[in-house]
Amino acid sequence: MILRSHHRILVFGATGRQGTFWTGEMIKYGARVVGAVNPRKAGETHLGLPVLGSAADAAGEFEVALMFVPPGAARDAVIDACEAGARLIVCLAEHIPVHDVMEMLAAARLHGSLVAGPNTAGLVTPGESFAGIMPAFNDAMFRPGTVGVISRSGSLGALACLNLSRRGFGQSTFFGVGGDQIIGTTTREALELLDHDPGTSAVVICGEIGGNAEEEAAEYASGMSKPVIAFIAGRASPPGKKMGHAGALVDGGTGSYASKRCSLEASGVAVANLPGELPELIAAAVQAA
Amino acid sequence: MNFEEWVSKPLLREFGIATPEGAAFDNPQAARAAFQGPCTVKAQVPAGARGKAGGIKFAFSPEEAFEAAAGILGSTISGHHVERVLVEEKVEIEQELYAAVLTDRTNRCPSILFSAAGGVDVENMAASRESAMHSLQVDILNGFSLEQAEKLVADTGIGTAEGLVAETLTRLYAAYRSLDAELLEINPLAVTKDGRVVALDCKFTLDDASVARQPGLAGKGAPESRTDLERAAAKEGLRLIQLDGSVGILANGAGLTMTTMDAVAHFGGSPANFLEIGGDAYTKAEPALRIVLSQPGVKSLLVNFCGAFARTDVMAAGVVKAWKRLNPAIPAFFSVHGTGEEKAVALIRDELGIEPFDRMDDAVKAAVAAAGSKP
Repeated sequence: MILRSHHRILVFGATGRQGTFWTGEMIKYGARVVGAVNPRKAGETHLGLPVLGSAADAAGEFEVALMFVPPGAARDAVIDACEAGARLIVCLAEHIPVHDVMEMLAAARLHGSLVAGPNTAGLVTPGESFAGIMPAFNDAMFRPGTVGVISRSGSLGALACLNLSRRGFGQSTFFGVGGDQIIGTTTREALELLDHDPGTSAVVICGEIGGNAEEEAAEYASGMSKPVIAFIAGRASPPGKKMGHAGALVDGGTGSYASKRCSLEASGVAVANLPGELPELIAAAVQAA
Repeated sequence: MNFEEWVSKPLLREFGIATPEGAAFDNPQAARAAFQGPCTVKAQVPAGARGKAGGIKFAFSPEEAFEAAAGILGSTISGHHVERVLVEEKVEIEQELYAAVLTDRTNRCPSILFSAAGGVDVENMAASRESAMHSLQVDILNGFSLEQAEKLVADTGIGTAEGLVAETLTRLYAAYRSLDAELLEINPLAVTKDGRVVALDCKFTLDDASVARQPGLAGKGAPESRTDLERAAAKEGLRLIQLDGSVGILANGAGLTMTTMDAVAHFGGSPANFLEIGGDAYTKAEPALRIVLSQPGVKSLLVNFCGAFARTDVMAAGVVKAWKRLNPAIPAFFSVHGTGEEKAVALIRDELGIEPFDRMDDAVKAAVAAAGSKP
């Protein structure tokens, strides 16, 4: 699902330092935040929001759960949110033990909840709402428009949106899929979402080395009528090293830049050498379509 | 984090999986003294295909055990200096199997891999043999039952000791879960001539994100090959990967940092490092800059910030402070956008007298030009 202004958002960990700052920014931006969750502060009020002990206390009264919880508490928080009927869960934490990630994603599948992340910078629908740690309020970077942006990285996604906005290409939505090895919504699944979104006319994929997310997305893109373009980070990275993200590792021949670029180009996806080339490629693709 | 065989085998035993009797030694005299019968002397390095590289020898007398250990200790196997050998009773093998539990990133669940053709280097398995690899995706919420294991073993058709092998698979899964493993592999898993099922090797990789909650394991991992500067950076809580180029890079976030390296290479330069100060590390610009500047061969500095969560004004303040104190003799080039941009640009302009570039590509080109041609 794409985050909309009418979606009601419950923020886990909104009472912490970062949670307070970003939840405050979300409210200012117009995101419909309906409550905070912190079992130790249940019953209090924070940023004018009721603080609940558990998502169960707000069952049926929210669609989106945003997680500002530390890695060790993420699994239980996500399971709490799915059991309370969350349709979409945005999980920001990095370094969640991988077994916990598998458990929470299995629980989400069971309850029909979509998870963005872990290790995502969040979701932005310019002019409507945002959930996470992206500066949606920076209007040089994010503007309403029709280009959907998918990114494994927050900082690179921000740069891509900045380049697009500067050349007049606003965004239908920004979907941060996350930099971890195992994530709830893959690049391919996010691409499918944007393909079905009537507000999206073209898609930019910001990928990176490691895993096979871009190869899977390329396969899906080959059957799309909307133009898709991409940039893949990590061409100059040495193999065998985790490049900051747990998922950014070229290991024993898999996950290489060459493999990703080849798959994407074979599917008709133009690949930018640098993010600065994205606007020209999008302009050319839109004109051709 | 990887674990060598001599550390991971005792872990298997804790979960009821048999391994040969043995012990690890760092000198050949001890290997000789420990001789009790025909044995295998194995180099302890975090690499596969040790046999082919001369890292596995058999000994049938105390003197042979001494010689085998003396030959292996101190040698280099697949780029690793051998500091320890594992001396184990030699096992009479009837059949060699392959068994592993791993974190399957495509299917987002644990997967069991099992094959009747063990003992070979599975990564280099020919396509025909790969078809003999049976796999099962496990529902992590329900676990892996003995019935599932029995079916997997029956489907593979090994013929002997099927009950014991199935039980071993369930124990391997229990170990994988308890140890927060990313990979737990037994290759070969031997059925012995006297009908036992014994793990002849074990490869264990611990999930890096779980190190903190496995305190008993953290100190036992194989040391990572790191440079002194990488170790110094880790002490500051920074992720540095040292390269041999001449353009020092400071950027926020893994994706943007990789992209900055790509841009340096694209415009003909060579990156000196990967060092990101995104996420929670965005307040660490000062130690980060100190580390980049202390790297030999750095001829220019490229600072590329695109702030989302990371506030560029906080990062710029750290850079400015460190720059003024260290007063380096190399030129610096900035591109700063995103959260806190106006304050950050003003700070760099006013305090350092440097005008940040409006386009990232222009900052990269200038940094590459200032670093000069490749050595």
